Amino acid sequence: MKRLMSFLVAIGALCLLLFAGSRHLQQSQGLTSGNKVLTLYNWGDYIDPKLITKFQKETGYKVQVETFDSNEAMYTKIQQGGTNYDLAVPSEYMVQKMRKAHLLKPIDKSRVHGLTNIDKRFRNLAFDPENRYSIPYFWGTLGIIYNDQYVKPGAVQHWDDLWSPAYRNKIMLVDSSRDIMGMALLSQGHSVNTTDIAQLDAAKAKLDRLSPNVKAIVADEIKMYMAQNEAALAVTWSGEASEMMANNSHLHYVVPSEGSNLWFDNLVIPKTAKHYKAIYAFINFMLKPENAAQNAAYIGYATPNDPAKKLLPRSVVNDKAFYPDQTTLAHLQVYQDLGNRMVGIYNDKFLEFKMFKH
Amino acid sequence: MKRFRWQNIYLALVFLVLYIPIFYLIFYSFSQGHNMNHFSGFTWAHYQELFQDQRMIEIVLDTLLVALLSSLLATIIGLLGALVIHRVKKPMWKNTLLSLNNILMVSPDVIIGASFLIFFTFLGFKLGFGSVLLSHIAFSIPIVVLMVLPKLNEMNTSLVDAARDLGATQPQVFSRVVLPYIAPGIFAGFFMAFTYSLDDFAVTFFVTGNGFETLAVEIYARARQGISLEINALSALMFLFSLVLVAGYYVLNQYNSSKKGRKRRMEANHNR
Amino acid sequence: MKRAHGFYSVPYVLWLALFVIAPLVLIVYQSFFNISGQFTFDNYKLYLSSGTYLRMTLNSVWYALLITALTLLISYPTAYWLSQTKHKQLWLLLIILPTWINLLLKAYAFIGIFSQGGSVNRFLQFFGFGAHQLLFTNTSFILVAAYIEIPFMILPIFNAIDELKPSLLNASKDLGATNWQTFSKVVFPLTLDGVKAGVQAVFIPSLSLFMLTRLIGGNKVITLGTAIEEHFLVTQNWGMGSTIGVVLIIAMIAIMFLTGERKKRGR
Repeated sequence: MKRLMSFLVAIGALCLLLFAGSRHLQQSQGLTSGNKVLTLYNWGDYIDPKLITKFQKETGYKVQVETFDSNEAMYTKIQQGGTNYDLAVPSEYMVQKMRKAHLLKPIDKSRVHGLTNIDKRFRNLAFDPENRYSIPYFWGTLGIIYNDQYVKPGAVQHWDDLWSPAYRNKIMLVDSSRDIMGMALLSQGHSVNTTDIAQLDAAKAKLDRLSPNVKAIVADEIKMYMAQNEAALAVTWSGEASEMMANNSHLHYVVPSEGSNLWFDNLVIPKTAKHYKAIYAFINFMLKPENAAQNAAYIGYATPNDPAKKLLPRSVVNDKAFYPDQTTLAHLQVYQDLGNRMVGIYNDKFLEFKMFKH
Repeated sequence: MKRFRWQNIYLALVFLVLYIPIFYLIFYSFSQGHNMNHFSGFTWAHYQELFQDQRMIEIVLDTLLVALLSSLLATIIGLLGALVIHRVKKPMWKNTLLSLNNILMVSPDVIIGASFLIFFTFLGFKLGFGSVLLSHIAFSIPIVVLMVLPKLNEMNTSLVDAARDLGATQPQVFSRVVLPYIAPGIFAGFFMAFTYSLDDFAVTFFVTGNGFETLAVEIYARARQGISLEINALSALMFLFSLVLVAGYYVLNQYNSSKKGRKRRMEANHNR
Repeated sequence: MKRAHGFYSVPYVLWLALFVIAPLVLIVYQSFFNISGQFTFDNYKLYLSSGTYLRMTLNSVWYALLITALTLLISYPTAYWLSQTKHKQLWLLLIILPTWINLLLKAYAFIGIFSQGGSVNRFLQFFGFGAHQLLFTNTSFILVAAYIEIPFMILPIFNAIDELKPSLLNASKDLGATNWQTFSKVVFPLTLDGVKAGVQAVFIPSLSLFMLTRLIGGNKVITLGTAIEEHFLVTQNWGMGSTIGVVLIIAMIAIMFLTGERKKRGR
C-alpha cells in the first residue's frame, strides 16, 4: 500500500513538473497571447520554417502550425468544429467539397494583394470559379518515376508501358483510389472524372491485369523506398518525385503525354477562422514572389506564383517534368468532387483491386 | 544447471530482437546523412537541432504529461472497474460487462477517434489537452481492467473472510489485504496504459486541436517528408532517459527492501 | 452492504456509459445509413453478400491467429524463464521499455533492416545467400506484428506465473513428477488465465491492424482495420466503416462468451 502511495505521489509530482515546463515553453514561444496568434492547418512539413520566423518578425503575429495527413481527415476535423484553424491547405477536389458543405469563408479580394502574381492559367479554375474561396499554394502532376539502374531511360513514356511483363513485381503504386483508378482510366482514353460505371469497370479490369507487376501499394513511404532502390518504378505525384530525385540521382520523373492529373493545394479560410487580420497578412505574405520562391525551393513542389519562378534556378523552372510545357499541360485533367456516392464507387473498386492482388 | 544456460541464451535472444530496431534508430541518430539508408560519418548535429527545437520539446513534455496523467487516472478507474466486475457473480452479467469493457480494445482507433470527436463536439467541448486526456483515459481503462481482474479472480476469498473475521473494516480489508495482493496487476495495468497512451496516433489526431499535439501525431506529420534524424535523436534520448528511470527505480527499490530485511523483501517483490 | 459501498463503481459505470455505450450506439446507428445519409440495411447486405468483405474478414482472422500463435509461442517461454531469473522485475520492465518508442519509428527501423540494401540482406549476402525480397511479404508482416505485440503477451503471462506458489511446484516434484509433467499438469493450467488475458490483448487488436499492413506488408495483406480506415478516412463512408466495426465487436463478444463459458466448466 505504501509503495502504491509513494508511486502515486511521484507520478503526481512528475506531472506538475512537466506541466510547468510545457507552460514555460509555450510562453517563451509567445503562443499564449490570444489575438496575435494565427493557426495554420497544414500538411506535415509543407512550409519552410524560416518563412514562419520571417512572417512573425515582419508582422508580430505568432504562427501555430497544426498538421494533418489526409484531406479527408482535415475535412472531418473542420466539419466537427471545436478547433480554431484560421487557414487550411486542402487539395482542389476538397475545396469543392468543402465549398458545397459550407465549410469555407469567401476570401475578401479587397484585402488580398498580389493575386495577379498567380499564373493566370491557374486562376479561376472549375473547382473554384474566380477564386472566391481559395488561392493556389502549390501545384503538380501525377506521373511515373523510374530508376535508370533497372529501367532503360525513355522506355517508359506512357501509362500502358507499366503493363509490360518486363516489370513483374517491380512497380509501386501510391495508395490513392482516385489516382490509381485515374491512371487506368487515362490509359484507356477516358476522363479521370468519369461517372460511367462501364468505364470504371473496364479500368478496374485493366488494373487487375497490372497486379503481377505491383510490388506494393504504399503512401508517403514511397519516397523512402524509391530513394533506397527498393523498386524500379513508381506511380506518384511530382512533388514526391522531386524529393526522391534529390536523394537518388538514378531517379527520373515522366508525365505521360496522353494525359495525367493536375492537382492544386490551396490556401482557404475554414469556417473555424477567427483572426482575420493575421489571415490576410499571411496570405499576402505568401503571395509575395520572394517568399513563394523560398517556399518552393524548400519544399521542392512547383509554385503557381509567376514572378516567383523567375527567382528560382533556371534548371528547376526549365525542367519539363515539373513545369510541363503548354502541350502537356493541355492534356492534364483536374479532379472534380464527384459526390460521396461516386467517390465511394471509385474506392470500392480500388479496394477490390487491392484485395484480389496477389 | 545444465538447462539453465539454454534458458539464458533464449532470453538473451528475445531481448536482442526486442532491442534491435531501437539500436538501429539510435545508431542512425549519429549519422551525417538525412535518412536511414547509409551511415555517413559521425555527428551530433541532430541532437543540436533537437535542443533548438522548442516546439518539439514542448510536445515531448505534453506527451509525457498526458501519458502519465491518463494512465494514472485510467489505473484508478480501471481498478474500481475490475472490482465491480469481480463482484458480479452471474456469469451472464459478468460476460456482458467484460464484453462492454473490451469494446474499445477491438474497435479500430479510427472508429474510436471519430466517435469521440463527434461526442466531444456534440457536448461543445473545446478540443485540446482536456479532450486528449479524457480520450486517453477512456481507451486505457479496458487494459487496466484486463490486467487487474485475473489477480482478483486468483485471490483466495478465504483471505478476505479471515481478515473480516479478525475484525477488519471494509476499507482495511481493501487496503491491507486486497490491494497488496493485486498490486502486480495494478502496476502492469499502469504500464500498459502508459504504453497505449504513448503509442496512440489515430485517436489523438481526431480529438486534438488548438495547438495541442502529442509526439505520435507530430511524428506522423513529419513522416510525410521522410522521418528526419532529429526524431531518431529524440528517440535515443527518450530511450536513455527511460532506461535510467527504470534502473534508478529498481536500484532504489532494492536498496529500500534490503534495508528492511529479508522478510520484507519477499513481500516487497510480491507487491510489485 | 452492496448499496453502501456502491459509490466506488460510479467512475467506471460513468466511463462505460459515456465512452463505451454512447459511441457504441453511435456506431450501430451509423451502420444503418448509406453514404448519402439514407436509412438502409444495404451495408449489412453488402457485407454479407459481397465476397470481398467476407474474404477480408477471413483473411484478418487468419492473420490475427498466426500473429497471436507466434507471439504466444515466443512469449510463454520468455515469461516462464524470466520469472526464474534473479532480477525478474527489472527484466520485465526492460521487456516493456521498447514499447515506449513510437510504433511508426520502429516500423521505419524494420524497413531499414529488411530492405534490399538493409542489414538482413547484407548479412545474407555476406554468407553467400544472396539478397531476398523481404519487405512486402506476408512473413515480414507477421514477424513485425508479432514483434510489436510480444510485450503485451509477456506481461500478463509473467504475472500469472509469478503468482504460482513455489510450494505447489515443490509438491509436484516431491510426488515424483518430471519437469515436463510439472509444467503441463501444474504450471500451464494454473497460468491459463494469464494466457487468456494475453491472447485477448493481442488477438483482438491484431484483427484491426492497419498501419503495418501498408508499411511492411505493402497492402498485400488487407485486414478489417485497413478497410475501416479507408471507409472512415478516404471514402468517408462512415456507414460501411461502422458496419465493419459492428462485425468486429460482435466477433469479440462471441469470443468473450465462448471463453467465459469454458472457464466455468473447467473449474
